[in-house]
Amino acid sequence: MAKPHELWSAMSDVPGYRPIPEGAMPTHPFPDYRSNPVRVPRRPLVPIPHTLSEVTGPVYGHEAVRTAEADLTTQHAGAPLGERIIVWGRVIDEDERAVPNTLLEIWQANAAGRYIHQLDQHPAPLDPNFTGAGRAVSDSQGNYRFVTIRPGAYPWKNHDNAWRPAHIHISLFGPSFVTRLVTQMYFPGDPLLPLDPIYNSVPDPRARERLVASFDLEATVPEWALGYRFDIVLRGRRATPMEA
Amino acid sequence: MAGLTPSQTVGPFFHYALTDDHTVSELASPQTRGQRITLRGRVLDGEGRAVPDAMIEIWQADAEGRYDHPDDHQDRPRDPTFHGFGRCASDERGCYTFRTIKPGPVAGPGNTLQAPHILVNLFARGLLKQLVTRVYFAHEPLNDSDPVLGLVEDDGRRATLIANAEGDGSYVFDIHLGGASETVFFET
Repeated sequence: MAKPHELWSAMSDVPGYRPIPEGAMPTHPFPDYRSNPVRVPRRPLVPIPHTLSEVTGPVYGHEAVRTAEADLTTQHAGAPLGERIIVWGRVIDEDERAVPNTLLEIWQANAAGRYIHQLDQHPAPLDPNFTGAGRAVSDSQGNYRFVTIRPGAYPWKNHDNAWRPAHIHISLFGPSFVTRLVTQMYFPGDPLLPLDPIYNSVPDPRARERLVASFDLEATVPEWALGYRFDIVLRGRRATPMEA
Repeated sequence: MAGLTPSQTVGPFFHYALTDDHTVSELASPQTRGQRITLRGRVLDGEGRAVPDAMIEIWQADAEGRYDHPDDHQDRPRDPTFHGFGRCASDERGCYTFRTIKPGPVAGPGNTLQAPHILVNLFARGLLKQLVTRVYFAHEPLNDSDPVLGLVEDDGRRATLIANAEGDGSYVFDIHLGGASETVFFET
């Protein structure tokens, strides 16, 4: 079977996106994540060229996002329990160009490690002042910023005594169908990271480390909240259709 | 070059952030041009069980084959009432439904024309990265020359990408994540 980049150079006449570097994305089947094998195809993925359909995508600009949606600590009558934090960063592409005006959607557990979702059975308390969902749009420089609380770790049934490291789910679109990304942001120094199959599903350890935010003293607001920086890198685009 | 941010699973708890308030299952407004269709189906795992916690996103051109995107420079008018993006969660039986219009043919590589098609991104607990497929429509003459369908050599496999029309005017596209009828998924 032809490799994707051969197809692209032979067939595309819109500039496509760069192929995904080896090891940078999880591959399947990945049995350490127990629910993975029965939900992934057994036959090889079919490589296709990037046509106009793949290089376009939902810009999503027709739905207004309010500034207040980026603050998860002011959605209720009182303040949520837990450690208030600021999570910010830049959305860029592999060529380090800003990705402006892209929608980011986040969701997370509360400080006790409990999601408001009705299927979460973890016997930790819900917080009446915390839902755990927020949205923001990157600015003209690709910057985004959320105010939230640090989520707690929580158990899951993947294996004996399995615990997810604290994380924030992040969904973003980017400029095309193939830049669509759903990921998770982790916290530096979390002792659960080496034990977590989802984190460790990324083959390249350097790529894996890009899922961990860094503590940011400059973004930390005195007397108020710690800052964490999490830059997000989406696929970059070839300059011309024929570029190798 | 900056290194890519890896994908991680959407997990089981996305609904309250992504689909409870931000589902787009009706893509067309009363003013939208084109043939109204319902696109529906089930998401099934490798053992044929319903996947009740998937998120399905679709992306398509309007009835003229134009995308609502600045990079679509095709020389044909765009329908300003149609944006082409849909999103919903599967229900407890694994079912999903979109009401939309049938897209027109879109320019393909070289001088080809792509048959009418809808792109699908599928997310679910258990998937570490979304699965990508395309919905084509039965009995479209352009299917035979479509540059992407043509990359799937086996007839039986190619059939997994074709939605069939039911009597009620809906097109049915089941997504089999595995098993004997495993849907063709693409590497993009």
